[in-house]
Amino acid sequence: MHRVLQQPFKTAVLILVWGWLLLLVLTPNLLVVGASVMTRDPGTFLSLPLNLNSYRQLFDPLYLDVFLNSLYMAGMTTVFCLLIGYPFAWALSGLGKQRQTLLIFLLIVPFWTNSLVRTYALKLLLATNGLINNALMGLGLIDEPLRMLYTEGAVVIGLVYLLLPFMILPLYSVFDDLRKELLMASHDLGAGKLSTFLHVTIPLTLPGVLAGVMLVLLPAMGLFFVADILGGSRNLLVGNVIKNQFLDARDWPFGAAASILLTVAMAVLLFAHRLSQQRLGDEGRA
Amino acid sequence: MNRWLPKTYLTLVYVLLYLPILVLVVFSFNSSRTGYRWGGLSLQWYESLFNNHAMVQAMWNSLWLALTAATVSTIIGALTALALHRYRFRGKRVLRGMLFVVMMSPEIVLAISLLALFLLVGLQLGFVSLLLAHVTFCLPFVVITVMARLSGFDESLPEAARDLGANDFTMTRTVLIPVIMPALLAGWLLGFTLSLDDVVVSTFVSGPSYEILPLRIYSMVRVGLKPEVNALGTLLLVFSLAMLMLSQWILTRSKR
Repeated sequence: MHRVLQQPFKTAVLILVWGWLLLLVLTPNLLVVGASVMTRDPGTFLSLPLNLNSYRQLFDPLYLDVFLNSLYMAGMTTVFCLLIGYPFAWALSGLGKQRQTLLIFLLIVPFWTNSLVRTYALKLLLATNGLINNALMGLGLIDEPLRMLYTEGAVVIGLVYLLLPFMILPLYSVFDDLRKELLMASHDLGAGKLSTFLHVTIPLTLPGVLAGVMLVLLPAMGLFFVADILGGSRNLLVGNVIKNQFLDARDWPFGAAASILLTVAMAVLLFAHRLSQQRLGDEGRA
Repeated sequence: MNRWLPKTYLTLVYVLLYLPILVLVVFSFNSSRTGYRWGGLSLQWYESLFNNHAMVQAMWNSLWLALTAATVSTIIGALTALALHRYRFRGKRVLRGMLFVVMMSPEIVLAISLLALFLLVGLQLGFVSLLLAHVTFCLPFVVITVMARLSGFDESLPEAARDLGANDFTMTRTVLIPVIMPALLAGWLLGFTLSLDDVVVSTFVSGPSYEILPLRIYSMVRVGLKPEVNALGTLLLVFSLAMLMLSQWILTRSKR
């Protein structure tokens, strides 16, 4: 009798959720795939015939340059986040439990704060007559203001600033799990500090590293407003290209193809992450 | 020395993380127009902010949008989490996978796909399109917040309720909802903040009929410096800090 009564509730919930996801996640993504193989049309945005021109256009030297540059900047962002975040997460996991909670809280406060406003705050520091230049000139370290704003460096700084917590949090969670006994055991078995780090710490934290890379690398290519505010109005990131193609140039097939490029990159990273977790699981069982 | 090195390093990173925010807050009380030099204490930027009619309107629009988006995504997200937790059904893994993909995919990918959908079905870009988009990107975050709470939940309670003759609906209302209440509030606050902060998705799916705060800030800060933004940023900072502390308080209190 319960079966009969509970069935309508279950059905209603499932219809609601599936409906939402099919309508607002699956269908839109299929539309983008469809748009990427259609022909650009000034009036209706899209028209037939179907072709792969937009994908060919991705390899046009002009855009290839932008993509490679965007990948380079996102790569730099990821490397800096990793270099700062890895020792950070390690140091954090070594503190007392209560202090850890407080520091994690302080780490996510910026995440809850408007990212646009934080990007703008960096502008106050980096501008030609901004605080860093004023301070350096006041100290007599430089005679002329450094040009920091509207450079690629400024964009990378902005991206690192916004995305650092996304690198630290997954790393922190693996360091937290990494049992101290495991390191101790390796040490007792005669492994040196370096050897322990290379053969125990790095493999065990690899899933965290990959999760962090995934959470930093992809958004770093898409956050067009950071490039706009700190890099001047140039097409620095894939995000800027996609935005311009959709909202200004109205070349939908090309914008869609660029977006699919990002999706494919995400799929590759997700796969790598899964693989690293599985390998770790197998080793743990063996 | 070895003991101090990690602590010094942590402190340094925190200083760098908070320095821009601190500068922003201090300069929001600066009376100098140029923005870089200290000209004395003043509240003029707060004043001009509230005298700016379009700005105040955008603020209300953003608040209303965040409020509705957070509420709708909490309701759907909580039901989804309950279904994933309690029921066996076909395509469960696919459902989880889709939510995960929504959470991981770059915002801009979600943004253009939704724009394509809205234009195809002829939906006027404005409040409704913004609401649908915001609920979609908030949803996975609510689901994982509630799922986390449910996974630590004593399974004998719903069993007992069922044995006492409660159907699923009654059991959900009287047993499950009170248990997951803290997660619901935390998920709601997270959704509210995500919605209030969003720039990327909103850039694509908003129209001139419904201007929201992040887009207004965006158009202001693209060129040059606007001291009003310092004031606005400070207000938003205080606001989100309060929200975050509330959410943490709810979660830690419920653990006891």
